[in-house]
Amino acid sequence: MKLELQGITKRFGPLVANDAIDLVVEPGQIHALLGENGAGKSTLMNVLFGLYTADEGTILLDGQERTFRGPRDALAAGIGMVHQHFMLVPVFTVAESVMLGHEDTRGGGFLDLDTARRRVRELSDRFGFGLDPDAVVEDLPVGVQQRVEIVKALAREAKVLILDEPTAVLTPQETDDLIGIMRQLKDAGTSIVFITHKLREVKEVADTITVIRRGAVVGSAQPDASENQLAELMVGREVSLGLDKAPPTLGDVTFVVEGLTVRDSTGHTAVDGVSFSVAQGEILAVAGVQGNGQTELTEAILGVLPADAGSVTLAGRELVGMSPHDILAAGLGFVPEDRKVEGLVLDFTVGENLVLDRYDTAPFARGVGLDLKALRRNAQERIAEYDIRTQGHGQEVGRLSGGNQQKVVVARELSRPLKLFIASQPTRGVDVGSIEFLHRRIVAERDAGTPVIIVSTELDEVAELADRIAVMYEGRIVGIVAGDTPRSVLGLMMAGVPLEEAREQAREDAEPEDGAPGTPVDTGTTSTSATGDEQ
Amino acid sequence: MTATDVAPARPAPSAAVVGRTVSYKVPVALGVLGLAALVLFGLLGPAGETTTFGVSGASDLVRIDPLELPSRATAVVLSVVALLLAAYSAVVARASREVPVWLVTVFGVVWVLAFLTWAVAGKSTSLVSLLQGSLLLAVPLAFGALGGLLNERAGVVNIAIEGQLLTGAFGAAVIGSVTGNAYVGLVAAPVFALVIGAMLALFTVKYHVNQIIVGVVLNVFAVGLTSFLYGSVLKEDAARLNSPPRLEVLPVPGLSQIPVLGPVLFRQTIIVYLLYVAVVVVSVALFRTRWGLRVRAVGEYPQAADTVGIDVERTRWHNVLLGSAVAGLGGAFFTIGSVGAFGEEMTAGKGYIALAAMILGRWSPVGALTAALLFGFADKLQQVLGVLQTPIPNQFMLMLPYIVTIFAVAGLVGRVRGPAAAGEPYEKG
Ligand SMILES: Nc1ncnc2c1ncn2[C@@H]1O[C@H](COP(=O)(O)OP(=O)(O)OP(=O)(O)O)[C@@H](O)[C@H]1O
Ligand SMILES: [Mg+2]
Repeated sequence: MKLELQGITKRFGPLVANDAIDLVVEPGQIHALLGENGAGKSTLMNVLFGLYTADEGTILLDGQERTFRGPRDALAAGIGMVHQHFMLVPVFTVAESVMLGHEDTRGGGFLDLDTARRRVRELSDRFGFGLDPDAVVEDLPVGVQQRVEIVKALAREAKVLILDEPTAVLTPQETDDLIGIMRQLKDAGTSIVFITHKLREVKEVADTITVIRRGAVVGSAQPDASENQLAELMVGREVSLGLDKAPPTLGDVTFVVEGLTVRDSTGHTAVDGVSFSVAQGEILAVAGVQGNGQTELTEAILGVLPADAGSVTLAGRELVGMSPHDILAAGLGFVPEDRKVEGLVLDFTVGENLVLDRYDTAPFARGVGLDLKALRRNAQERIAEYDIRTQGHGQEVGRLSGGNQQKVVVARELSRPLKLFIASQPTRGVDVGSIEFLHRRIVAERDAGTPVIIVSTELDEVAELADRIAVMYEGRIVGIVAGDTPRSVLGLMMAGVPLEEAREQAREDAEPEDGAPGTPVDTGTTSTSATGDEQ
Repeated sequence: MTATDVAPARPAPSAAVVGRTVSYKVPVALGVLGLAALVLFGLLGPAGETTTFGVSGASDLVRIDPLELPSRATAVVLSVVALLLAAYSAVVARASREVPVWLVTVFGVVWVLAFLTWAVAGKSTSLVSLLQGSLLLAVPLAFGALGGLLNERAGVVNIAIEGQLLTGAFGAAVIGSVTGNAYVGLVAAPVFALVIGAMLALFTVKYHVNQIIVGVVLNVFAVGLTSFLYGSVLKEDAARLNSPPRLEVLPVPGLSQIPVLGPVLFRQTIIVYLLYVAVVVVSVALFRTRWGLRVRAVGEYPQAADTVGIDVERTRWHNVLLGSAVAGLGGAFFTIGSVGAFGEEMTAGKGYIALAAMILGRWSPVGALTAALLFGFADKLQQVLGVLQTPIPNQFMLMLPYIVTIFAVAGLVGRVRGPAAAGEPYEKG
């Protein structure tokens, strides 16, 4: 189906989120939408999907003007959408989530769960997602929730498919699979609007690219443009992709984890006797496929999950058994993997969210009250420093664009003196310009002598930041390797292959083809066999 | 160790974590209660008395002789059984498992029996009529709780159950009286309650007014309106407007002849049978049908429901209206189901107890019914013991239903989670 948007304008109060945007998506075309955080991409797609009503402009499908009073109309017209922020009911099972809204029934309105389960299994097998139809959504790691959200949209067999940052939490392997799916759909005539901040995905799959900045279309590009050109078009200035960080100056080893064992909420051992240590002035990246215990590891360090065994010491102090409040007060900065659930209070203002873990200390506490002036000053400083696009510090954080919400969380955690910094997916959904900034900020924290742990499924990010890399598989650390370890080796380790064997195998794999043994694969490709079979 | 410290938006899903750490709270509570029963009802109980429990009614086919039990010995035996159960719960707790609900339930039954044996020592009471009365008193609570959960499952908090019961009671009395037919009154009850439901929906769903405030205001409104009409209209012409016939008891052929259970469950008025049907229908509808799936989605995460094409506002309207009708049906119990005539503020806070039953029953119809039965039993027990002149002061017995409510909700409910979006208006972007 051919999709045309003409002169779409959407305002939120004084803010013009979309300013007379024109966009044409041909049938069977993959149209990438690029733009920095807060540019108005999600807003535009929400208008198209009927969630927002445009102030001006028209939507044409196959040349016919359409008005959508709600998503119901858009769905009926054949539009499907994967939302940037998951639209999944936490207490539903995967099968229930996928069937919701277009349920199979046995007649009389009785749900046919068997058919729904079968459908989930079929789709999930076809795309290699390995979903369990009976798993409850809220127990799933975000990466798996993302797959559920994708399957949900695919099950509808839309003719126009909107994908709003579907790859933000996927592993490279999963991203490759998704790109394969997109090609399949495209060949079948589906028009796809694809939003992402990862330029190489755009280059790999897009037929054409439209760039928007501050609500307006600023240009279009072809997929053969270089990443630097695209980044520049997006941000409006030159962006240096790739971070040249100095080698670390290691201080004392102040953070030590020994034999840590943690069970997840279902009683299953998620972290199994993990030991490692991080020195001051060092970044340790924890790599691995989602759901191999990384989440539970960080949550146990923070104290929200009790440790079954083992010890965690920070500057000689035992953290196991302490409350999260005390652990944070002891100097831990923590960026959780899911900003909306654990990182922010969405109804609070940006200013309030920026002091969530410091409201009770100077300079924000004044007796039993808050020093609102200090709060405002802090907010203004952070907003300027991190370039958070908001209508002001008094705006509700839930109204910010996804990437800007992420910046609020990182800004808060890095805004106080730290003895340890742990960040899960620190740049999830953040645009290239801001990734550059956040990475520099994290390295600066390291150079100030803080031990840093980065948990990321993004191998680019791992390669960029890590001084050492710990690879986790099924709750154990497969090995801890140097920061410049080739991706091919990391990929094998992420599938559970021990370090030595992984080196061997990677060498063998590389030799017959091009005889370039063990060199790091260049960032432009994703085709490592990174994940293997995690189910 | 609370997860809420760092996750202010929503507690992290770590409910099972809490269950895993060894907690002796339940075994200790059971142990203390068991010991108290042993000492108070058993060892310090009256010597040489007998307790008589009637177990069949006058009209039963199968007559069973009343049980005559030596009071002290029986109470001691029951207390010891209770203590054994408490000990077993300690074993369970030590294995880091959660104490199962059946164990607490059986403990409760045994403990109450010990208490009854002591309280009725030297006298006699009929177990059948005790249970029959409990069920009857549970009827408005169960209907109210069902009405409440139909609302909350769709994301609207219904504080106005009290008002819906009251208008339902009023409508049943007046219409039943005017037509001279209790069954017409029964149909009128939900229709009258719909007025309250429609106002609740209008203000909360359409205009996004705070749901708690609207609910409270509607309760006050219902009291004011019915009291005014009672004082100014019903009293004037009570013979015509406020003397409805009462619903007759309709024994179910066959089933009502089962010893003990028959008369309790199947020798009741139509309103009780309607309750059975309602519980089954609502359970099945909520958890097995497309309608239920959509309602629950709206109550948990309205935005997600919206994005798959479900009309959130319409779903909420429907459910608020349906819920109020169900609650109104329960209101009919107060007039045509028991005393007949309507009296000012005759629901006396039962709507709030129904709310508690809904929470204690964890927003499930069967749970709500069970909780309502518990509260109904406490109420009936209070009435029976009040008449029997037991050693316990009457004022204390009047408190019993409410004490049971507080302890049940605080102690048994623990960490439950209602529909996540209940209380939250849904506004589109
Ligand atoms: N419901 C809302 N109310 C007020 N402002 C809003 C609302 N939704 C979005 N905005 C504002 O509109 C602008 C565009 O937001 P949008 O979510 O479309 O950005 P985006 O391009 O998707 O960014 P990202 O890459 O971070 O997801 C932002 O400044 C945001 O704060
Ligand atoms: Mg967005």
